Amino acid sequence: MKSKILAATGVVAVAAAALTGCSTGEAEASCTNEIRKPDATQVSVWAWYPAFEDVVDLFNESHDDVQICWTNAGQGNDEYTKFSTAIESGSGAPDVIMLESEVLSSFSIRDALVDLTEFGADDVKGDYTEGAWKDVSSGDAVYAVPVDGGPMGMLYRKDILDQYGIAVPTTWDEFAAAAQALKDAGAPGVLADFPTNGRAYNQALFAQAGSVPFAYDNAEPTSIGIDVNDDGSKSVLAYWDQLVKDGLVATDDAFTADYNTKLVDGSYAIYVAAAWGPGYLGGLSDADSDAEWKAAPVPQWDPANPVQINWGGSTFAVTSQAKDKEAAAVVAKEVFGTEEAWKLGIEKAALFPLWKPILESDYFRDLEYPFFGGQQINKDVFLDAAAGYTGFTFSPFQNYAYDQLTEELYAMVQGEKTSDEALDDLQGSLEQYATEQGFTLQ
Amino acid sequence: MTTHSTLAAPPAAVGPARLRTPHGGSKLERRRQRWGWLFVSPFLLVFALFLIFPLFYAFGMSLFTSTLATGTKFTGIDNYVKAFTDPLFLEGLLRVAAFAIVMIPAQLIVAMAAALVLDTLVTRLASLSRLFIFAPYAIPVVIGALMWSFLYSPRFGPGATLFDLVGLPTPDFLASDTVFASLVNIVTWQWSGYYMVVIYAALRSIDPSIYEAARIDGANGWQTAIRIKVPMISSSVVMVITFALIGTLQFFTEPVVLRNIAQGAIDAAYTPNMYAYSLAFSYSQFNYASAIAFSLGMLVFAGSFVFLFLTRKQSGLKS
Repeated sequence: MKSKILAATGVVAVAAAALTGCSTGEAEASCTNEIRKPDATQVSVWAWYPAFEDVVDLFNESHDDVQICWTNAGQGNDEYTKFSTAIESGSGAPDVIMLESEVLSSFSIRDALVDLTEFGADDVKGDYTEGAWKDVSSGDAVYAVPVDGGPMGMLYRKDILDQYGIAVPTTWDEFAAAAQALKDAGAPGVLADFPTNGRAYNQALFAQAGSVPFAYDNAEPTSIGIDVNDDGSKSVLAYWDQLVKDGLVATDDAFTADYNTKLVDGSYAIYVAAAWGPGYLGGLSDADSDAEWKAAPVPQWDPANPVQINWGGSTFAVTSQAKDKEAAAVVAKEVFGTEEAWKLGIEKAALFPLWKPILESDYFRDLEYPFFGGQQINKDVFLDAAAGYTGFTFSPFQNYAYDQLTEELYAMVQGEKTSDEALDDLQGSLEQYATEQGFTLQ
Repeated sequence: MTTHSTLAAPPAAVGPARLRTPHGGSKLERRRQRWGWLFVSPFLLVFALFLIFPLFYAFGMSLFTSTLATGTKFTGIDNYVKAFTDPLFLEGLLRVAAFAIVMIPAQLIVAMAAALVLDTLVTRLASLSRLFIFAPYAIPVVIGALMWSFLYSPRFGPGATLFDLVGLPTPDFLASDTVFASLVNIVTWQWSGYYMVVIYAALRSIDPSIYEAARIDGANGWQTAIRIKVPMISSSVVMVITFALIGTLQFFTEPVVLRNIAQGAIDAAYTPNMYAYSLAFSYSQFNYASAIAFSLGMLVFAGSFVFLFLTRKQSGLKS
């Protein structure tokens, strides 16, 4: 009997090895794109940019020694879940992966990413703004190459505001007055939405009032500073809580089918958005045919000292499972390192470039967007927003922090907690979690 | 007895063979056993590969603690102590218990009523109705939940139209106090048809002469149904409840799908299974997630064992 069990275990081990061996081999073979030069080193890439295949083809045609094998492994959390599992199991991760800057710390702390300073990160440092470079570095280490950003602005329905005689708000006080005016005028919709699951969006709103939620540096990976219940965040949240209580803004969950329809059918007159927002709106159905969209700078707390904020943005990182790290770093640095690639990215995928040669070009500044009736939104709004952005530090457990934020905000709009209680409880739960995870609080 | 239970039949068949070979038995017996192992081996292999091995692996993982900042170390049963004092896990357990109390009777009543009615009908309409009641089960769970999430949607769903007709305000099916009932509705819709078929099959296997005897004794249709049919299919009912109990304690897919449109009302630890999932895949705490999953597994096992023990008479496990 015993020998049989042993034999069975042996079979299991062999079968398991065969299965895992099979899966890694397959990942190499199944590229979404066509490999032009089969003899060159292949670098596998996970990314979910729209219209990315054209960019990949462009790269492969212009490189003789490296070829990209591209797979779309899902968007955002879907991809991160797969990546996370691959890290845990020790195999199955791609060589280069698209990550939002907010999750870089969460993966670098698990030794999943390669420090690119050894692979020529400094060569391209000058091509990016200081804020963008800060987002991908931690201390001296650089964990990714920036691709696109999310400087924030305010997209509004000119037709709706005109209809009710409301001026475009430039401060948050004017924003609240406009919300009241729209309601008093008996408009069917509301001025805007305050999603409790806005995650990075909510955090950006806090940051505008000076919130610096996390202090973290990879050079000292067991120490973290948490400050989510500062006075700035509390005043911002109290402001939104009042708007919610007065019924002046909606509290619909973001990124649902309902929300997507409401964004474009006039239910919300204003969409406080990132630079990728117009591309997002363009892809939604059921839009008002006579909608007239315009972009304006994001409202300010103190118009004398405007503060620019950022929502989202993505990067290319090299994973620690990459077979040829040198080649992988070349891909990370050069995929979006040409004007041709960026013209595809801007015109087909509505990305906001962080690569300076195109960011500072006349072409990008003067680009007219048909969605906004020909408005030059970069010149008017987003270039200033991007220039004023100084970078942000995220926690190494950002997903958990966002989930907790969503729970607390939901409790607040349900009337179970005041805005101050919500943020104090968030501080408490994050401190407890950090301690459980072995961090010392600064 | 023979119509009563299929579970009781096998012991009677293997009984004599067992008696003859208490300590290994003759050469012939051993050879026969060897052939037996050979025939069972394909199943055993798959069973070991996909159940036993992962089970041991997960149990091993659950004995370690890995934190983001300080790495992995052996901590024995610490994770289990933490699990059973973790308010999120305990709240999740209470919630699935509440689901079990509401959902299982709901499914059982619908399934039983439908089966009893269909059993008495012999028209073509009956077989057509059987098909329609069963149909939701043929829809993949994720698709079913997605479909319901559209029906519940305040914008796309028919709720607003229906409630406007009778002049009532439209309820929000996805608020924190209504989402429980919304989930009960999805599961009942999906599974009642399946349980109905199980119960219906059991009803068909009852000897019709028993009904004749009952009629002669003066029993009406209702009495026949409640006093004769229901007791005679008790073993199937026990099986249905066991399935439903295990399924409910492991509640996962429907709340996960609905969470996409109701993130506030359904949090990441809504059910113990969801909690284990988000611990592992959202927060990268694979070790603690294994402990949660293993604890849940033990509770499900204990729960079904206790239930089968208490109902051993009805199910025919003990005559």
